Amino acid sequence: MKKVLFFIPFIALVILGSFFYFNLDRHDDQMPSALLGKSVPSFTLVNLKTNDIITQKDLPQGPYLINVWGTWCPACAQEHEYLMELSAKGINIIGIDYKDEMKPALDWLAERGNPYSKVIFDEMGRLGVDLGVTGAPETFVVNSKGVIVQRHQGVVNEAVWQSLKSYMNE
Amino acid sequence: MIPELAHFSLILAMCFAVLGFLVPVIGVYQRDRVLARLSLPLTYLTGVFTFLAFLGLCYSFSVDDFSVLYIAENSSQLLPLWFKISAVWGGHEGSLLLWVLILSGWNCYVAFRSHALYEDFRGILLSVLSLISSGFLSFLLFTSSPFVRLLPNSPQIGGDLNPLLQDFGLIIHPPMLYMGYVGFSVPFAFAIAALITGKMDAQWARWVRPWVNFAWAFLTLGIALGSWWAYYELGWGGWWFWDPVENASFMPWLAGTALLHSLAVSEKRGLFKSWTLLLAIFTFALSFLGTFLVRSGVLTSVHSFASDPTRGTYVLTMLLIIVGGGLLLFAMRASSIRNTSYFDIFGKESWLLLNNILLITLTLIVFVGTLSPLVLEAMGSGRVSVGPPYFNLVFNPVACLLIFFMGIGPISRWQSTKPKYLLRVTWFPFILALFIATACFQFLLFEWLAFFAFTIALWVLIMAIRDLLGKAVTKDTTVFTRMRKLPKSRYGMHIAHIGVVISLIGVVLVSINSEERFVRLHVGESASVKNYQFTLSDMAVSREANFVSQKAEFNVTNNDVALGVMYPEKRYYQTRGQVMTEAALSTGFTRDLYIALGERYDDDSWSVKIYVKSFVRWIWLGALVMMFGGILAALDKRYKPRGEIE
Repeated sequence: MKKVLFFIPFIALVILGSFFYFNLDRHDDQMPSALLGKSVPSFTLVNLKTNDIITQKDLPQGPYLINVWGTWCPACAQEHEYLMELSAKGINIIGIDYKDEMKPALDWLAERGNPYSKVIFDEMGRLGVDLGVTGAPETFVVNSKGVIVQRHQGVVNEAVWQSLKSYMNE
Repeated sequence: MIPELAHFSLILAMCFAVLGFLVPVIGVYQRDRVLARLSLPLTYLTGVFTFLAFLGLCYSFSVDDFSVLYIAENSSQLLPLWFKISAVWGGHEGSLLLWVLILSGWNCYVAFRSHALYEDFRGILLSVLSLISSGFLSFLLFTSSPFVRLLPNSPQIGGDLNPLLQDFGLIIHPPMLYMGYVGFSVPFAFAIAALITGKMDAQWARWVRPWVNFAWAFLTLGIALGSWWAYYELGWGGWWFWDPVENASFMPWLAGTALLHSLAVSEKRGLFKSWTLLLAIFTFALSFLGTFLVRSGVLTSVHSFASDPTRGTYVLTMLLIIVGGGLLLFAMRASSIRNTSYFDIFGKESWLLLNNILLITLTLIVFVGTLSPLVLEAMGSGRVSVGPPYFNLVFNPVACLLIFFMGIGPISRWQSTKPKYLLRVTWFPFILALFIATACFQFLLFEWLAFFAFTIALWVLIMAIRDLLGKAVTKDTTVFTRMRKLPKSRYGMHIAHIGVVISLIGVVLVSINSEERFVRLHVGESASVKNYQFTLSDMAVSREANFVSQKAEFNVTNNDVALGVMYPEKRYYQTRGQVMTEAALSTGFTRDLYIALGERYDDDSWSVKIYVKSFVRWIWLGALVMMFGGILAALDKRYKPRGEIE
């Protein structure tokens, strides 16, 4: 009888371990955004390139990507190249220049190329807050109905794009 | 070039660790002494190459090599040198490297001190430690290498160290905490070796005790530093938040405390042996779990600077292999380890048993509080959080009970202690404590649990001092000769207990005697909190190396006696676009004054948060005293490695 008791800790660990294991999978989709399934929040900001007012009505008919970036973010520099590739493939990408300054941002695009069809200049991070952005880079997938269907925190690369791609046609 | 060399050196370290795991095992089973002895050089080599890798990373940080992704993300050329070095462990990859460095350093020290152990035992001990090293080294190399390059487009400027981490407390908090976590791998390895060889006697316990003490002392310091940092840097004004990451470090501490006490029984009375082994495994598992919870993103927390599910899976797999293996071994072999004497219900061992039951209850309370949100979420109840109300309701009464037994335990004797004797030595200190507490509470807000805790704390304090002054009740020597004769371990124990008392007094007073106010002030206006008046005399903006600062100036007086000027600040870090609140603190032995600057209103007034915290310093002072006690006890000459473990 006593020998059986000695197995209890092991069994407890197995139960707990498998619980964690299955729970980890649930987090594979990263932090759920409150905006998943909703349309892009309304905003009135400046278009970085043209200096005009830009609002949510100026967003394209989907599907497209919204990419949050800034010149202050080294990972964005790393991501930029891949975004250029995506845009060359004909993917429509809207940029949000997040908590940035205008001059360096324009220089950045001039120097590295511009993968964005439009760039929203979000100097104060107002739109970023509405989108629930925690840091740059961050990417949202918007489908043809204008609904946000997926969110990715961190650099978009080939592997990430393969998983995001499927959401584009949802 | 340096990052590549460092990376290579880390790979070598991993190879040596894997060899260090395999070779001694083969040596022990084939009865090949040469192979078994190889465990020593292999342990040292792992340590040396891990150290070289760490040095390489430090060097690359100091020369701002932003072509390394990790450095680009966590450092900036504007940082002063000491922050560049501490930025090495500012992110996940580097802090893991630090973890591995401390682990292999600790292993080297075990190897260095292991010459008195007999060979099979030493072989298995070092092999288990190498297994843990190789697990973490491979985790580092496969999922989170800090040496990944950003080529060819490497940035010119770094992303800067998270401003929250640009602070002295954070330079030393992680190393201390890791010393504690990692330290518990040694008792774990000892437990495994004991289970495999079937040898666990008083000598074994004397071997393990100092290691447990050291690990526990460092963990105590690590937790205290974390709490202190959260207090003054996060700007929340509290000292403990029952945050999952805090709990993750608190659980091994509680289990480790239980282990300390259970080891005493195993050493002195040859009892609780399988329980001690289980606790050793359990404590290590909780340290491991702490790493897992923080790194996996299973729990969301204010601390989760880095989290990633693939890493979580890796740590979890490692946890299941190492701890699961240990527990399976325990299940199969523990019955062969027999207690060598009988339990006496009126002896010190009963009190220590109670101590263990209560400490494990506390561990479970924290465990449930930390993990139940996860379980509930998994069952589909959505995200919930178990906050301080749960812990205050459940944890505090049990903790008070534990401290009550802390008064009785040390003064009772092994085997039989007559209840009459206990009553005789405890009643007078109790009356005295009750009297002092009642007197003190004339000036304080009355609350039952606080009053009880305060009385018990004083009671334990009086008895500890009396025990130290008059342990050997003989007439022919003076107090000083008697005190000199007492072993260090006894001093260590009482000092650690006094540390608990000091912290407890701090906790009680800060919770019932503090005051906090939110006020809205224009320049020139003042507010008063408790007996202190705070006048906002000036506001100024200045530009510093890597941030812009908005600084307020407060003149503080206590009943018209000027105390000085305080400067709460808000900082805007451009590189990360982050705003930080730098609270102004005026510290004192009996109270802290705390001002945090809030938002500016349209009419140019500012929201300001002011706290007067009573005796808050005592909480951390107590932790320091506990740490000192733990180390002192570890230095007792009884634990000097002499005889072999037979």
